[in-house]
Amino acid sequence: MVTESAAISSPVRARRVTPFTGVVVALLVIAVVAPFALSGFRVLQLTHIVIYAVAVLGLNLLTGFSGQISLGNGAFWALGSYTGVILLTYCGVPYWATPVASGAVCFILGYLFGRVATRLEGLYLALGTFALAIATPQILKLDAFEKWTGGSQGVVMSKPRSPIAALDDDQWLYLFCLLVAIILFTVAWNIVRGRTGRALSALRDHPIAAGTLTIDTLAYKSITFGVSAMYTGIAGGLSAIVTGFISPDSFPIFLSIQLLVGGVLGGIASIFGTLFGAAFIELVPDLAKSLSDSAPAVLYGVLLIVCMKVMPGGVAGLAYRTRSWLIHRSSHRSSHRIRT
Amino acid sequence: MQAFFHQLLSGIAIGSIYAAVALALVMIFKATHQVNFAQGELAMFSTYIALTLIHLGVPYPIAFVLTICSSFVIGVAIERLIMRPFRHAPPLTPVIVFIGLLIGINGLAGWQFSPVSQSFPSPFPDHAWYGTTYLSPHEIGMIAVTLIVLGIVFAFFRYTKLGLAMRAAAENPASSRLVGIRVGWMLALGWGLASALGSVAGMMAAPIVSLDPNMMGQILLYAFAAALLGGIDNPWGAPIGGFLIGITENLAGAYVVGEKLKLPLALAVIILVLLFKPSGLFGRTVVVRV
Amino acid sequence: MTALLELQNVDASYGNTQVLRGVTLSVEEGGLVALLGANGAGKTTTLRAICNMGLHVRGEIRLAGKRIDGQATESIVRQGVGHVPEGRGTFLSLSVEENLRLGAYLRRDRKVSDDFERVFGYFPVLRQRIQQQAGTLSGGEQQMLAIARALMSRPRLLLLDEPSFGLAPILVQEIFKILRVINKEENMAMLLVEQNARLALDLVNHVFLLETGRVVTSGPPQQIAADESVRRAYLGQ
Repeated sequence: MVTESAAISSPVRARRVTPFTGVVVALLVIAVVAPFALSGFRVLQLTHIVIYAVAVLGLNLLTGFSGQISLGNGAFWALGSYTGVILLTYCGVPYWATPVASGAVCFILGYLFGRVATRLEGLYLALGTFALAIATPQILKLDAFEKWTGGSQGVVMSKPRSPIAALDDDQWLYLFCLLVAIILFTVAWNIVRGRTGRALSALRDHPIAAGTLTIDTLAYKSITFGVSAMYTGIAGGLSAIVTGFISPDSFPIFLSIQLLVGGVLGGIASIFGTLFGAAFIELVPDLAKSLSDSAPAVLYGVLLIVCMKVMPGGVAGLAYRTRSWLIHRSSHRSSHRIRT
Repeated sequence: MQAFFHQLLSGIAIGSIYAAVALALVMIFKATHQVNFAQGELAMFSTYIALTLIHLGVPYPIAFVLTICSSFVIGVAIERLIMRPFRHAPPLTPVIVFIGLLIGINGLAGWQFSPVSQSFPSPFPDHAWYGTTYLSPHEIGMIAVTLIVLGIVFAFFRYTKLGLAMRAAAENPASSRLVGIRVGWMLALGWGLASALGSVAGMMAAPIVSLDPNMMGQILLYAFAAALLGGIDNPWGAPIGGFLIGITENLAGAYVVGEKLKLPLALAVIILVLLFKPSGLFGRTVVVRV
Repeated sequence: MTALLELQNVDASYGNTQVLRGVTLSVEEGGLVALLGANGAGKTTTLRAICNMGLHVRGEIRLAGKRIDGQATESIVRQGVGHVPEGRGTFLSLSVEENLRLGAYLRRDRKVSDDFERVFGYFPVLRQRIQQQAGTLSGGEQQMLAIARALMSRPRLLLLDEPSFGLAPILVQEIFKILRVINKEENMAMLLVEQNARLALDLVNHVFLLETGRVVTSGPPQQIAADESVRRAYLGQ
């Protein structure tokens, strides 16, 4: 398992300005300014990236930090989407409040699913969640739910309008999603760096030993499932608002697969990696289409395999290895100096 | 009553497809402890090869054999060239590689052959002498072919030196090396065989579900359920699981839950098996030594 | 006369942990040699290094004069090395017959059935259990099966890793007696790793003593047994 994450390995330090803080601030500034510099289409892409980042972060919390593989997060994305849509369309809840509901519903169901699913290890959990994801569109199409889900035709919603004159609708939605994402990332950061995070790492790396300590393994695993589902559900809720339309076929197995791809390519135990992973799954499929008109999927598949060979720890792993190599080189040089 | 028998026997017929694919999954799992998520796509791709040969005028029996052979070669090639470099990778990496294979092969099929649904011929004529009211000639043929192929595979593993070596390599690679077995090549052969099995399943299924790049998705899910039910590490359990799932799916679909719920039913089976007996009906209970 | 097996200055490590440091030893054709030492001295590692089983090896290892270090395990075995590993390495889910057949995997000639007879001659109990699943055999029977399996390939050199492990002394004596017979009748060289020094000393005609990855003493068993310091350190077990 990849363990090289700056978030976990370094101890909690006192607040001070570091190059790391600088990077975060720079990223935030870029993120806030970006929608004003880009076209509407690009803003939409950025919005998708932000939403994916939240979902991939959810998956990372589950797979990277507590070692449980899930190929079924698409189901929670769908759940979050439908929760938001139903509240918006039938209960008149304003769009900006729906992510909270999506998150709450998904947390509860994710926790319950976790209590059941955490008895499964590794491969079996992957298979079970894979089955969940494949069956999700079918379940959503059931007649019993048609009243709420709109059946195969789906539900159309009106796009939220920007309340500020200076921002157009796309920009407003982007900033709204960005705000939600920043809140969620900060929460995740604190979870991971705190005691919970260390417990989760222990769970992941030494599950049996962890069980012998006073960590209630089952509870932690289930809560992690709940949190992961919550994040994914919020992402789903945001996605529905932004897209304005959902149907059972909006949530194919490919969605769950993409989330896992994004997580692993970014670096499965890295919070910063999620940003790269999210960008990858949003942009690369379109890029593949533009490069190869007829066989973008082949290109994408090959790219995935090559990436796994070249950077098995994802981008975060690559960054870590580069940093170690640089440190090693400079210390080698300095020790050389000491000898002479 | 007639309808019941019809459903039952149809279930056995479609179950034969699940049986073959489930066995392919179990073979690769036993040897590598990984689940080949791309198994369905490989089978689909091979079926396209068969269709291409048939359209070129090759008689069905020859096309059948050629497809099996080329499918075998493709399986060996994938193991040697793509899977082998990742044999020491952390556990999550091969999953992404399988995903890459899945997406890539699916795209390759759509590109090289056609993304549009096509019909695939059956070697069993519509009004053959062995057709009955309960089963079409193709369904009977499906069962027969699958049983023959399964028989050949089991005889191979049981009675040949190579089959024994492959079983040994899957059970204990270290000891296998000590008797001189080239374990790497045994893995490749396993992949080849699994791929060939899948191609047979594809060629038998295509006349029923018609050929398009996504044809194996649902079949793969049912095959997973079958493999788990039979015991993911038990080659005997997989075909039995396949037939059971086929029967259950058909009967439940007709009498209990209706057509639309068949897929969630498979999901339910998978989850129930995983919860209550992860080692399946016939698998060995996995004890993890602390 | 070139020795059948020669290790020259062999280092071996598992990942970053170095276990063997400059091990030098040899086994003559038809020789019967023991490798003794305390727990963790590197005895098993030495045998694994000879067969290149999952560790990093530096130095020279020669079989009948030819370098074999760096070659794949399967190739080394192909050249006439039989290895009864630590833990026996039995194919537990396969039958006794299948285990023995696997032992003869490399044999191309048709005389394999003769070898079954030969092996049953040494270990008659295996004939009775021939169709039984190997995992259901007793510890002693599994040990016999493991040795028999290695014999099936008619190796020039037989490596045995703690054949006495977990077995009653009477059984061990019997097995060692059989080993001596095999060594005499087939001129098969043997390198035996043993924790139980006493029994090994009775069997072999040369001893190497390993301590933290180095050969510290070597000589005929009587000399080793007579050496006070050695006796205190290792043979008092």
